[in-house]
Amino acid sequence: MISAIFSFAFAAQVIRIAVPYAFASLGGAVTERSGNIDLAIEAKLLFGAFAAAAIGHATGSALAGIAAGMAAGMVVAAVQIGCSQWLAADQVIVGVALNIIALGGTRFLLQAIYHEGANSPPAPSYGDAVLTNPLVPAALVAAVLVPLAVRRTRWGLRLRAAGDRPDALVAVGVSPRRTRLNAALVGGALAGAGGAQLSLVVGGFSADMSSGRGYIALAMVILSGWRPAAAAIACVGVALAEAISIQAQLHLHVRQIVDLAPLLPYIVTLAVLAGYRGRDRSPPSALGKL
Amino acid sequence: MKRPASVTALLASMAIGSVLMLIVGKSPGHVWWSMVTSVCGDPYLVGQVLFKATALTLTGLAVSIPLDAGLFNIGGEAQLGAGVFASAVVGAALPGGTPAVIAIPVCVLAAVLAGAAVGGAIGVLRVARGAHEVITSIMLNAVVAGVVLVEGMHHIFQGGTTTGPPIARGAWLPGLGLAGSAANTSIVLAAGAVALVWWLRARTTWGQAWLAVGRDPEAARSVGIDVGRVQIWVMTGAGALAGLAATSFVMGHKHALEEGLGRGAGLLGISAALLGRLHPVGVAVAALLLGFLSVGGLAVGELVPKELTEMLQGVVVLAIAVAAAWERRR
Repeated sequence: MISAIFSFAFAAQVIRIAVPYAFASLGGAVTERSGNIDLAIEAKLLFGAFAAAAIGHATGSALAGIAAGMAAGMVVAAVQIGCSQWLAADQVIVGVALNIIALGGTRFLLQAIYHEGANSPPAPSYGDAVLTNPLVPAALVAAVLVPLAVRRTRWGLRLRAAGDRPDALVAVGVSPRRTRLNAALVGGALAGAGGAQLSLVVGGFSADMSSGRGYIALAMVILSGWRPAAAAIACVGVALAEAISIQAQLHLHVRQIVDLAPLLPYIVTLAVLAGYRGRDRSPPSALGKL
Repeated sequence: MKRPASVTALLASMAIGSVLMLIVGKSPGHVWWSMVTSVCGDPYLVGQVLFKATALTLTGLAVSIPLDAGLFNIGGEAQLGAGVFASAVVGAALPGGTPAVIAIPVCVLAAVLAGAAVGGAIGVLRVARGAHEVITSIMLNAVVAGVVLVEGMHHIFQGGTTTGPPIARGAWLPGLGLAGSAANTSIVLAAGAVALVWWLRARTTWGQAWLAVGRDPEAARSVGIDVGRVQIWVMTGAGALAGLAATSFVMGHKHALEEGLGRGAGLLGISAALLGRLHPVGVAVAALLLGFLSVGGLAVGELVPKELTEMLQGVVVLAIAVAAAWERRR
């Protein structure tokens, strides 16, 4: 098992697993820094994965699939911000509702379009390839550019102001709501790209294929103190844990431990949350408020 | 006339559902009407609605009480799952001849305690560690489901199946008859829970304390309420109620541990709590409505995909969140 871990194939596997987490947590960090709780990451991943598979299947082009996945993430983000900022609905409940809708909605779309219960017809597949999958370098670029943009650009300054001091933003004549919508659309596109990675790696959509990754990504955003770069790095850690658990299932023979291995990311997240007080790194001060 | 937000939300959700029915090429009027006639005309389906409503009432209360206190318990899946596991394991361990007067309370207690332990853990993590209950709940949902599956595979499920040994005969809750449906007498436990929560909320200082914490934790603290302790107790109680829902699945219906038994009822409790506007009686009514929607969706499965009603359960939650905000602002 040790030799399996120090191999190129293992590294490729870690990267493949890390990409959706990294996109999702970068998107979540951007949305949350602007002051809106982002519990709908799961919905963005799921609709993104579906759209990427559906358009990839229809056009035969993986790039068109990626674009569709990002667009789907943006649509979910627009609905989320519309409900929570313009209609003033509870941000946590809106997020959970969108996740339930995504779970049933993608299954409904599978039935309505393909008359299938669980799987979409085949879409272009990148497999474990690292060099030919454009989402891999895109994730790296995003992990560098998004933190820089949040920290150094006017867009980032406004976004942080919307999250920390919306009244100051109003004083200079900028609408916090609009700023949050802009941020969430970027966040939605990022999470949608993460969804596209999920379905384009295996060449098709299957029901509930995000299986809680959006929630883990959000947990990483919180653990990293709402800093996108740190969140993306934490996601590589999650991917490492997941890849090791896969290797353990292949190589170890203590059945009971091996069968519990897939729970590792959840248990690690819980343990870190339990051991971490979060006093030094607080959330954006207007997070969740209007 | 002022229309309550939940009615507005329900109508809006039905409208969205109708649009989806039109998209798949079916007449909404026809689909809704056959949903009503097929369910109401069939005692078996009526029983299935009651069976669904029993669990949803309890998991709904497990969401509504914490929300009253300003906490969002989406760990119902974990709490219910722990309850299912505990009551099935304890029930199967009882000697075959155990009389009902002992077997039933023991199994009910196992379900309640297991759910309460999970709920209490979420509360403690929130109060002592500041870990957001939504995140910890979701992690625990995955962990409990995984542990139950692995334990089941290694120690409980019988030779190649995903079903465990049957629980002692004395722990079986009698069914309600209704043409062989899954409806059973655990509905009495659900009704009792509704009454108990109503009484606590309306008539006791406990209820006042949790409502006060939900309205304004700072104000509650300044009048001497130990906010952290209230939050932990509220989450523990909520977990106990979600665990109690296991009695309907294990003791009233399957009489054994099964992979995935009760899955989904915990999450759907959120819809029941919000649709019922957090009032215990409202939660029970909402649970009946959601049970009807889910059974009705299956009954008209030949007309529209059953996934449509699954999706509508999320639409209902979204519509209520919006409608409640609308009502607040006016």
